[in-house]
Amino acid sequence: MGAQKKRAAAAAAAARVSEDPDDLARQPLQAILLADSFTTKFRPITLERPKVLLPLVNVPMINYTLAWLEAAGVAEVFVFCCAHSKQVIDYLENSEWFSQPNFTVKTIESHNIISAGDALRLIYEQNVIHGDFVLISGDTVSNMSLTQALQEHKERKKKDNNAVMTMIIKKSKPSPITRQSRLGTDELFMAIDPNTKQLLYYEDKADHSKGTICLDKMLLAENPSISLHNDKQDCYIDICSPEVLSLFTDNFDYQHLRRHFVKGLLLDDIMGYKIFTHEIHSSYAARIDNYRSYDIVSKDIIQRWTYPYVPDVKFCGNRATKLERRGICFTAFNSEIEQSRSAQVGSFTVIGYGTKIGSNSKISDSVIGEGCTIGSNVLIEGSYIWDNVIIEDGCELRHVIVCDGVIMKAGAVLKPGVVLSFKVVIGERFVVPAYSKVSLLQQPTVHDSDEELEYADNSSGTVEFSSIQGTADQSNGEMTSESSEAHKPKLGTGGVGYIWSICEGGQEEEWRHSVAPIPEDKLTELSEAMDDDQELVTQDRTALSTSGELISDSNASEGDDNEDSKDDSVYFEKEVEATFLRAVEENVKVDHVILEVNSLRLSYNMTSADCAGAVFYSMMKLAIKTPHSSAIGLLTLYPSPFSMVASNAYPIYLSGELQQNTANIITTWQKLLKSYLLEIDEEIEIILKFEEMCLESAKEFSPLFARILHILYDKDILQEDAILRWADEKEGADESDKVFVRQSEKFIQWLREASEEED
Amino acid sequence: MNTDDSSWWPMGDGVLCNAASQTYPSCNTFTHALSFFNKIEGSQATARQTAELLRSVISQQRVPYTNQAGALIDAVKAIGEQLIAANPVELAVGNIVRRVLHIIREEDLSLTTAAIGGLNLSAVSDDENDDDRDGDSTLSAAAVAAAARSTLRPPSLQTLLEDTPVSAAVPQTSSSGGDSEGKSKSADKSSRSRKLKHDVIEAVNELIQDIVTCHEQIAEQAVEHIHQNEVILTLGSSRTVLEFLFAAKEKKRSFRVFVAEGAPRYQGHLLAKELVARGLQTTLITDSAVFAMISRVNMVIVGAHAVMANGGVIAPVGMNLVALAAQKHAVPFVVLAGSHKLCPLYPHNPEVLLNELRSPSELLDFGEFSDCMDFGSGSGSPLLHVVNPAFDYVPPKLVSLFITDAGGHNPSYMYRLIADYYSADDLVVQRRATAGN
Repeated sequence: MGAQKKRAAAAAAAARVSEDPDDLARQPLQAILLADSFTTKFRPITLERPKVLLPLVNVPMINYTLAWLEAAGVAEVFVFCCAHSKQVIDYLENSEWFSQPNFTVKTIESHNIISAGDALRLIYEQNVIHGDFVLISGDTVSNMSLTQALQEHKERKKKDNNAVMTMIIKKSKPSPITRQSRLGTDELFMAIDPNTKQLLYYEDKADHSKGTICLDKMLLAENPSISLHNDKQDCYIDICSPEVLSLFTDNFDYQHLRRHFVKGLLLDDIMGYKIFTHEIHSSYAARIDNYRSYDIVSKDIIQRWTYPYVPDVKFCGNRATKLERRGICFTAFNSEIEQSRSAQVGSFTVIGYGTKIGSNSKISDSVIGEGCTIGSNVLIEGSYIWDNVIIEDGCELRHVIVCDGVIMKAGAVLKPGVVLSFKVVIGERFVVPAYSKVSLLQQPTVHDSDEELEYADNSSGTVEFSSIQGTADQSNGEMTSESSEAHKPKLGTGGVGYIWSICEGGQEEEWRHSVAPIPEDKLTELSEAMDDDQELVTQDRTALSTSGELISDSNASEGDDNEDSKDDSVYFEKEVEATFLRAVEENVKVDHVILEVNSLRLSYNMTSADCAGAVFYSMMKLAIKTPHSSAIGLLTLYPSPFSMVASNAYPIYLSGELQQNTANIITTWQKLLKSYLLEIDEEIEIILKFEEMCLESAKEFSPLFARILHILYDKDILQEDAILRWADEKEGADESDKVFVRQSEKFIQWLREASEEED
Repeated sequence: MNTDDSSWWPMGDGVLCNAASQTYPSCNTFTHALSFFNKIEGSQATARQTAELLRSVISQQRVPYTNQAGALIDAVKAIGEQLIAANPVELAVGNIVRRVLHIIREEDLSLTTAAIGGLNLSAVSDDENDDDRDGDSTLSAAAVAAAARSTLRPPSLQTLLEDTPVSAAVPQTSSSGGDSEGKSKSADKSSRSRKLKHDVIEAVNELIQDIVTCHEQIAEQAVEHIHQNEVILTLGSSRTVLEFLFAAKEKKRSFRVFVAEGAPRYQGHLLAKELVARGLQTTLITDSAVFAMISRVNMVIVGAHAVMANGGVIAPVGMNLVALAAQKHAVPFVVLAGSHKLCPLYPHNPEVLLNELRSPSELLDFGEFSDCMDFGSGSGSPLLHVVNPAFDYVPPKLVSLFITDAGGHNPSYMYRLIADYYSADDLVVQRRATAGN
């Protein structure tokens, strides 16, 4: 008994010991905050101020992220600054974040980083991350609790060392018409294992025109069940194991977190790294990726989905505001605003400290920053007006973003979707067209639209400024006083700034991502266009849900594959032919030609049979062309009497000429051909190729089939076995296929007899 | 005695220990923490933390030789302003700040009276001539006040009337008191300064003790109110109510409890679970079923978020409905509130009647309704509004009885109880805060 007890106690002690290292390993949670989105979606604003410092309901975005990280129990945050890093660091240094007791904020600065991948590689080199960490970008708003997700992540990691990442997702239905989420991003397709929550497939750039997505059929084969979602939103909050950083270092071509890293891990089955998902239900998380999500997230904040990160609760960096009841709903006010009695401030509006509002102005669904002056009879609807903006009497603003220090002269009108960057001046009664972006800086020429930095140092002049090809082209883009005069009519009298031209194809994108709601006509147009597809798609979906079977797209994709390989082989043949012709013209040595063809073979991933076929094909082509195409060049090569035949002789070949030609070419190049005829299969391939040519591309040969076959046999290019097997194979074929077998019947007969004799 | 201070300090707040002579930086983090995460713990914990923070502020404050009380009051007010601004919805913070201010004033007063021994009264303040507290100057004023409260002896109307001018003039009185004291008894200075601080800290400790034990003190009165075979209705979950019911159960009373679930946070579910765990017969109903069930109920017992000076109650949303139902059926509506929930303000001011609007996600699932909130299509303004207020205001006429740790009171008596706890010139802490900005 005693012994037993002792053992039990020992076991308990052992258990305690084994738990202890866990406790020790429970390091303070770290986080990497990318204070740069590495995109250009917020241009032209981000040319002057980093995205993370743009005010979101009057508080710089990064404060939302940091406040959440602190509340979620993160102990140490590394803020990675790239574009405008000085501004970010200055801001953080002057904020309260550096003086928090249990929350350390450290900045990492680099200027030559152009992607999230590079940033993570740099952080890996610095060797500051020691355990699991939260990867987030500085434009994310959330109020979720990390505890559960973190615990799940750790448990999975304990069981399976390959579970390196947990991705936070949230249910949010995409619009069926525009095929984009409410945040303005493209519809996202995810395949998730419903039991383990493992992420199996991730596609955010699906081709909507087809109405189908392609899944690897191995997914279906390997997993007992898959749920395919299009109603999930990626929150861009990831809980990562330290391996993630080394993975980025190992795969130096990973740039984008989702496009490269996530998809790369999902496709890579050698390492077997797994990504899991964690769905949040009642809490909120969203990333501001474009102007539309800026609008939507602002509204979510005002509607208090992000509670407690709302205007009237004090967290870092905001001033105390109070709510006032307006109609049914509430408006956040700062205590010190001057508002005329006749001004109408509607619901869901936030008005900053020290703002003045003139008489008869109407404001609704908007955010107005600090120290703004709004004249009388101004109409502001669904707009975001930052600090110290002056709006004179009678202006109209609908669904626009107006940055700090902008002056709008009396009667100016901003159409929906307009973005006015810092300190722009809009002239009197000027109407800024919809979706235009106005900045004091000229538009940089677009070199690389895809992965460009939101970084431009206009003083260093690294960014070229293009001339403006806007609505009015008086300007030549010269930074002279003359041209600024020329600009006057562009933004009205007294206006200062450049209207950025919308790049081609951009028009399509503009309405998708702007702050303005999608115009009615676009919606109807889209819904009409989608109608047919829609029916088809919904049918598919219902079929999918009712029968419970996944309609696999593997067939379609296989079809694609076949087509692809067909395309490939056609290209390959052409390449080989070109190589061969050049070899003939330039009299290249046979060995070299073999080398070149081999390299082609490798790059197109072809078999030697394909090579043999292609080489033979090009030889035959040459034989046909010889008399007219390269007659002179061939004179020396093939001193035959027929090579002098005039170019118009092509259609009326005498069979003798052609045969002679062919024989010559085969003799000359037999070494090349032979190098690919390693086995009997390749020889058969040649016969089949020849047959095909005779039927399709080079009918001239058809009468000569048997003779050329004989020549090939004579030159030891084809062995009798090959010919016999070809004949045997053709035995059971259709009559139409047997034409050439018949033609060469005598020859085959002779071969058979010869072999019998030998026996 | 300052060496002892460290043992009083709350351990968890490394913040407070870090704080050097100036406590403002530490306060910063405290306000930050207080602003949302203490909410989960409830107003009792918030009140306690506030009191503990103020105690450390007082103990670290260097007092000058003259006008010590003034210095302490200024320091507490400065911190108090920030604390109140950090979370104006949690009235308990403001209550505790005001009570600590009141404690300082009372201690100062009692020290002055003790030192001068009632000789120089006319120089200090002529209002205290007729104050009976002058007699027993050996006792601290707080102790007197506590004694007054415990015996529930109402102050005379005269005292009440005269108190107001006194407190309105307190800055002068305290300073003049300090000055006169400085002139007369300079030898005593250091010992007196220590004594004031010491007494204040002692009194704040008592306050903290009161806050900690308020549940027990309220629960002690349970048997007087809950009788055999009664049916009690409550809404949502309140720790005070829970302890109250347990206390009655422990005294072998057998009764039934109806619990309204308290949408949208459904804390009634938790309460029901705990009641069942303690062997109480419990029935869970929806909030909307209160009117249907009220006719079977003998008494409604609920908790409160704050009790205003007029006897009105700020309570979890849905409480007004319950109170109206109780009034309709003449069922007693009893509110349990610890003394830290007694607020000296009147609810006529919208700044006082702050409601907390919580996240709509408590009402509905974001994912399901995400298409209703797609502002991208349509007019751009949301058509669906979700409003989720946290509190109701129950007017005093609907309340039958308040039970605090000092006993049971009528709503009309609350202002008097409050006059015991607070000095009238501290009521403006909050307004000073906005003016100071």
